[in-house]
Amino acid sequence: MNEPSFEQALADLDAVVRDLEEGCLGLDEALARYEQGIALIQLCQHRLQAAEQRILQVTGLMEDGSPALQPFRHAPTSSRGRNGN
Amino acid sequence: MPPLTGTPILTVTQLTRSLKSVVEEQFVNLWVEGEVSNLARPSSGHVYFTLKDDTTTLRAVLYRGVALRLRFDLTDGLHVLMRGRLSLYEPRGEYQFNAEEVEPKGIGSLELAFRQLKEKLSAAGWFDPRRKKRLRPYPQRIGLVCSPTGSAVRDVLEVLARRWPSLEIFLAPARVQGEVAAVEIAAAIGLLNRVHQKMPLDAILLARGGGSLEDLWPFNEEVVARAIFRSCVPIVSGVGHEDDLTIADLVADCRALTPTEAAEKVAPDRLEVARRLESMAARMRALLLRNLEAARQRLAGLRSRPCFRRPTERIEEQRRRLDDWADRLQRAMLQRLRSGQQRFSNVAARLEGLSPLKVLARGYSLTYSEEGQVVRQAKQLQPGQRLVTRLREGIVHSIVESVE
Repeated sequence: MNEPSFEQALADLDAVVRDLEEGCLGLDEALARYEQGIALIQLCQHRLQAAEQRILQVTGLMEDGSPALQPFRHAPTSSRGRNGN
Repeated sequence: MPPLTGTPILTVTQLTRSLKSVVEEQFVNLWVEGEVSNLARPSSGHVYFTLKDDTTTLRAVLYRGVALRLRFDLTDGLHVLMRGRLSLYEPRGEYQFNAEEVEPKGIGSLELAFRQLKEKLSAAGWFDPRRKKRLRPYPQRIGLVCSPTGSAVRDVLEVLARRWPSLEIFLAPARVQGEVAAVEIAAAIGLLNRVHQKMPLDAILLARGGGSLEDLWPFNEEVVARAIFRSCVPIVSGVGHEDDLTIADLVADCRALTPTEAAEKVAPDRLEVARRLESMAARMRALLLRNLEAARQRLAGLRSRPCFRRPTERIEEQRRRLDDWADRLQRAMLQRLRSGQQRFSNVAARLEGLSPLKVLARGYSLTYSEEGQVVRQAKQLQPGQRLVTRLREGIVHSIVESVE
């Protein structure tokens, strides 16, 4: 996982906006920062869209200390019916 | 006066036994009210105390099995109602009250237990806002402690799925009602903390739907409070409904009024975040345009200057001025060079006059002692001393014969 966390991406984005606001960047630098900012926004938007909830039930611990997991499904309700589940 | 013949005479034992049978048959299953004092808890686990009112006292005991079932702490000064029976201890002829049930007076026992534990943990600093951990604003993985069936888990999962679907949820199931619930909840929190060592969790959500004080009781037990207090992962409690306040709520790092609200506190709303991203993109565009506009204006400003309007004219003028300067510079340098040369010859001539070699050339000589010091007076010398004399050409070594 080399991608920054969502939190980090947002913090980086804030830094980009601040740099652009201060207005003491050269034009080249400003363009480069803008491109970084756009890439970060796309990364964040991608994260927001891509995901599907993963629910795992912890049934215990394995010998190495990692959790023993199994999928968990809770009973669907009418409000979830709209999503075709 | 001795008893009349025929009057029955009882032994102490007979009297005590008949008293015992009266007392133990007559005084069963009765309620008595009073203030607890002289309370003692020996290692046997039984609790001994005196129940008193303004004028008299009654010895009382709470056997271990009864004492363990008690939710609140029996303490001196507490006003209680007790159900039980009287018993008489033959060897000492003493009677005491065996309590089978104890209720605090004027307040429910759960309510009292809640107050007592709240006071204790508050004094220990467990509710101190300074020790509460902060929640991560954009969690990736959280733990969920709740019953795997029922409405709480469904509500929580639905809210999380809607608001922040990228979340990975580790469910540690626990019964949330009944005798074993508290221990199971504490164990689930402990388990998730161990999972956290391998797969970090951003928060643990504690969820339970509404119910009576009795139903929610596990969340008022010390074992749950301790598990929350010890947790390395921030804990969000969503127990019961709006008005329900539990000890777990007080110890938790973040308290929500319901399971749904707890889920909302843990997970940001992705629509809101998306809107924020949109507005940041717009802001960046505007800022970049502002930068571009500023650059354009700088360029326009530069263009309008004379040097850019008639560039060759400006350059010609510069060249003329440069030639002029070069000319003047050359003349000034020559002038300085000449006067410098003159000064140099003057100084050289004066230096030459001072040179000892020049003096020697005229026939004088310089005489040094062996140590290399110039000899200026004869009285500095003694016969037999060695001298070095420097002539114009060559050096003479000599020995002093006599001094005058």
